[in-house]
Amino acid sequence: MGVLTRNLDLFVNHFANTLKLFAVSGIASLLLGIFLAMLRVSPVPVFRGVGTLYVTVVRNTPLTLVFVFFVFAYPYLEIIKFEFFTAAVVALTLYTSAFVCEVVRSGINTVPIGQAEASRALGLTFTQMLGSIVLPQALRSVVPPMVSTFIALLKNTTVAAGFSVREAGAIRDALSELGEDTLTGMLWVAAIFVLLVMPLTYLQRVLEKRWSVAR
Amino acid sequence: MSSTVLFDVPGPRARIRYRAYAVVGVVAIAALLAYVVWRFVDTGQFEGRKWSWFEYKQIQISLVEALGRTLSAFAVGAVLALLFGAVFAAARLSDHKWVSTPAAVVVELFRAIPLVIMMFFFYYGLPSTGIKLTAFTSVVLSLMLYNGSVLAEVFRAGINSLPKGQSEAAYALGMRKTQVMVLVLLPQALRAMLPTIISQLVVLLKDTALGFLITFEELLYWGRQIGGQLQFGRPLIPTMIVVASIYIGLCLLLTWFANYLEKRNRRNKKVIHLDEDKAKQIQLGEASTAAPAGGAAL
Amino acid sequence: MRVRTLAAVLLAGGLALTACGKEGTGTTDTGAPAGVFEVAKDVKVDGSPTFEKIKSRGTLTIGVKEDQPGLGFKDPTTNKYTGFDIDMAKLIAAQLGFDPETKITFKTIQSAAREQAIINGDVDYYVGTYSITAARKEKVSFAGPYYVAGQDLLVKKDNSDITGPDSIKSKKVCSVTGSTPAKQLREKKLVEPDSNVVELQSYSLCVTKLLDGEVDAVSTDDAILKGYAAAEPEKLKVVGKTFSTEKYGIGLPKDDKALRDKVNEILEKSLSDGKWDQIYKNTLGKSGSEGKHPTLEKY
Repeated sequence: MGVLTRNLDLFVNHFANTLKLFAVSGIASLLLGIFLAMLRVSPVPVFRGVGTLYVTVVRNTPLTLVFVFFVFAYPYLEIIKFEFFTAAVVALTLYTSAFVCEVVRSGINTVPIGQAEASRALGLTFTQMLGSIVLPQALRSVVPPMVSTFIALLKNTTVAAGFSVREAGAIRDALSELGEDTLTGMLWVAAIFVLLVMPLTYLQRVLEKRWSVAR
Repeated sequence: MSSTVLFDVPGPRARIRYRAYAVVGVVAIAALLAYVVWRFVDTGQFEGRKWSWFEYKQIQISLVEALGRTLSAFAVGAVLALLFGAVFAAARLSDHKWVSTPAAVVVELFRAIPLVIMMFFFYYGLPSTGIKLTAFTSVVLSLMLYNGSVLAEVFRAGINSLPKGQSEAAYALGMRKTQVMVLVLLPQALRAMLPTIISQLVVLLKDTALGFLITFEELLYWGRQIGGQLQFGRPLIPTMIVVASIYIGLCLLLTWFANYLEKRNRRNKKVIHLDEDKAKQIQLGEASTAAPAGGAAL
Repeated sequence: MRVRTLAAVLLAGGLALTACGKEGTGTTDTGAPAGVFEVAKDVKVDGSPTFEKIKSRGTLTIGVKEDQPGLGFKDPTTNKYTGFDIDMAKLIAAQLGFDPETKITFKTIQSAAREQAIINGDVDYYVGTYSITAARKEKVSFAGPYYVAGQDLLVKKDNSDITGPDSIKSKKVCSVTGSTPAKQLREKKLVEPDSNVVELQSYSLCVTKLLDGEVDAVSTDDAILKGYAAAEPEKLKVVGKTFSTEKYGIGLPKDDKALRDKVNEILEKSLSDGKWDQIYKNTLGKSGSEGKHPTLEKY
């Protein structure tokens, strides 16, 4: 308990940064991911190809590599300069959006074609069909795995600790600089993560049960 | 093109419109690519000097060694994670509360703690208690705990989704609980869940790169090290291109293997087909960071 | 069938890769003058568990740095280590009775992992700009110091507004995670706010960040900084106002007093018989600065 209470400020600051990193890159990857999913389900083959290529490359690249690239290699290209925090957001967003894209895409694909065909037969317009038939059904199968993706993102923010972002993963460095007991400190970090992740996991299970569509 | 949920089969006018979109898209993408390539050329990333490190024998050897360390961490981690997963899946399915509850807690716990924190814990935290671990051991242990826990859930879901008749028939034949699990349920679940398991192994392979953070001298670490050499003009971009290609190549190889197995399974009548929806949910839910082998067009 | 084709392609690629190879020229090899690393015979260190261990193993493993030109640097084309710290490590090895050319292995250990490497027994001793501090003494032992440095600042050649420790208040200053300089910058409130202290895994990464303008200065011991400035004198310069005293010690396993005394004895001898000066002249001395003898602290 001592390590936590003595360095409460430090813990609060670092976890606040973790949440900030999580929120910013979460929103950004949601937007980029949905855009990519639109590319992947679009009727234009070129767009589908680009979406598929992006997802394939990014999903098979380690996150740490994406970080190394954006923090250390990217500046050599002399395009726009990033702060360390921004670089971390960019890396996390580019990485997570590929997974968001897949979740959205497979969500849309779970809606049986018959549903769309039936609504077209009834004379619904494209917007009506999308808004009142396809998306509500797709949403139900998208949200639970999306929560999992965000849990993964929350945990992945710790990678930024190796790239000069003062978030939860960097608490160890700070504690060891203060000469504190890092072992206990890290148990606390782990415990806080469990506390943060558990409600999300619970939410995901509940949604999965309540929303599972009987087909 | 077959019709999808969102779009009907295009008629003549739609086809022209799509073609126009395609042209615009190609131009936009080509422009973006051209810009990126120009940035690479303009900053001298394709100059001979920045790639000349590749000619040195010692550097080639160190690349192979680094790749070897990545692969051995992957291999050891994968075997341990599979064992851990099988044991804890069986424990969670146990009829005895005193076995299943602790197993559930362990599995839930290790899925919630970030891998980085686990690695830091093993490498920097534990030695103060007198337990000394190398970077390699820390990486492998963390990979085992996290991926093992995920795999435990995959196995469990696989066993749960098998038809009830399987275990009922086995019990009717007079088999004991262990026999039913080991001889009947596990082998079937394992085969049926193979694509998902391999997707999780792709995650494990990628996660070996986290060892970079605790100075485990794997592939990425090698790239950073060679990339910082002044005598080659700090060729970090060239080394990162090489390292990324290797990782992507290895992961695609594994993903292809997963798809290949899935296809073979489909032809093989001995495999019991799981409820499609359930299997998909497992893939998306449990292995969200993985490539869901079933859904993706990889 | 497809799997087999793939395997064949991979195999062919692998063969192509191993086919060519250039040997490194070793341009950074300094080659110390003859006699400096004369191997001592029949060395005994009574009551030292570490020495017993290495004696029975027959080889020494020494922790060093690999990214500090002039101090501890590994040439990736030859895998040879060079620099002042390396030569000190070799001198100690020779005096302990191990041939520096055949009986020792250098192992690169990053700053943040030094204590751990010594505690874990990954290395027998550590020579790599390792400042002697009270906090570290609780985990490891130190022989020496074998060199006294001071914290300084490395800036771009054309920088004129950073003139010393008082002019970096609102600047971004980079140092290595968990190192003494990073701690000093914060504790002495030289850089504010805290987030302006950028911590990365190695000084070479810091220098990279300095060159691309992400940070304004790199701060650590002058010895290290001079190495970088000497490698790229047209781009970098050392400010030259030290604001601390860093005593570099040889990191040893804790509570091995016998070995510590022995290493101190070796260092003392090297200071009196001129071997220390020879090593200095051959490495750090090339920067043009004089090498001041350290005073050993025995405990």
